[in-house]
Amino acid sequence: MHYTLCDMFSDLTQNAIEAGSSIITVEMIMTDTTISVSIRDNGKGMTGEQLARATDPFYTDGIKHPGRKVGLGIPFLIQTAETTGGSWNIRSDKGNGADIPSGTAVDCSFDLTNIDTPPVGDVAGYFRHILSFDGRYELIISGTFPGTSFTVKRSEVLDALGLAEQGSFTDAGSLKLLGMYLESLLEAYYG
Amino acid sequence: MAKMSLEDLRKMREATQQQIKKRETDGKTAQIIVGMGTCGIAAGAKATLDAFVKELDEKGMGGEVVIRQTGCMGLCNNEPTVEVVVPGMPSIIYGGVNAAVAKGIVEKHLMKKELLNDRIIDRPAVDLLKK
Repeated sequence: MHYTLCDMFSDLTQNAIEAGSSIITVEMIMTDTTISVSIRDNGKGMTGEQLARATDPFYTDGIKHPGRKVGLGIPFLIQTAETTGGSWNIRSDKGNGADIPSGTAVDCSFDLTNIDTPPVGDVAGYFRHILSFDGRYELIISGTFPGTSFTVKRSEVLDALGLAEQGSFTDAGSLKLLGMYLESLLEAYYG
Repeated sequence: MAKMSLEDLRKMREATQQQIKKRETDGKTAQIIVGMGTCGIAAGAKATLDAFVKELDEKGMGGEVVIRQTGCMGLCNNEPTVEVVVPGMPSIIYGGVNAAVAKGIVEKHLMKKELLNDRIIDRPAVDLLKK
């Protein structure tokens, strides 16, 4: 499994971005004893059969990595939840092109008091990672932590950094500022 | 550090933008592409990315180098992998790029145009090669 919970959340959110989504929302709620994360996207979605197979570590669609025979993102989530008293749930819909939209929703929750739960890891780094993929997509992050809460919209941060036209964070200087901004929002959490 | 507002962020960006403009010489930008798939993340690619950002910022090169993230490059056994694209030089993929190697890439490859020969990856993982 991944070394920290945030590494696992990065992996799962990347799936949402790579599913061709135009809007992704990530909600993280942390208390002194629990952390819950919900990742929702409006990407291409999966059929019931694809979703069932995605939980198998020896399944991958073969599109992202031609020739590879493993797909470990979702199996890591399941393994981590099952071995630490956490919970997970994934719903997905292919949509019908009309009134039923396509998309995927991943919800998970972990018990921070369980000795087997991995460390939470770098929350600001996780947020920066998922904000700074190439391409145009809206990402709305809402975080609720003991002592602080905030909402970050990718489009607004891009605009503040003068990158609205490029549509993605590019130079190392803007990544540095983005990191500082996210860390300042999490100051109450980092202490 | 107090909670920054978007306005604070905008002001800091404008202050650094002015410094960048002074240095804009030939408009040629180097690119660093960090593999951040499941394999990259598990091998510590986030620490690698952080090291590049920190190193470039400290060297005052933040405005000259683009850092991008990509998924798995098919070199999972050599993660964290990083592709370095410098105008006028061939694209190079490095493997096993930890924070120390990242510093080396900035100081040698980007600044002196010298390759880090012992870290160059020139073939895909064994399981992807045709038997």
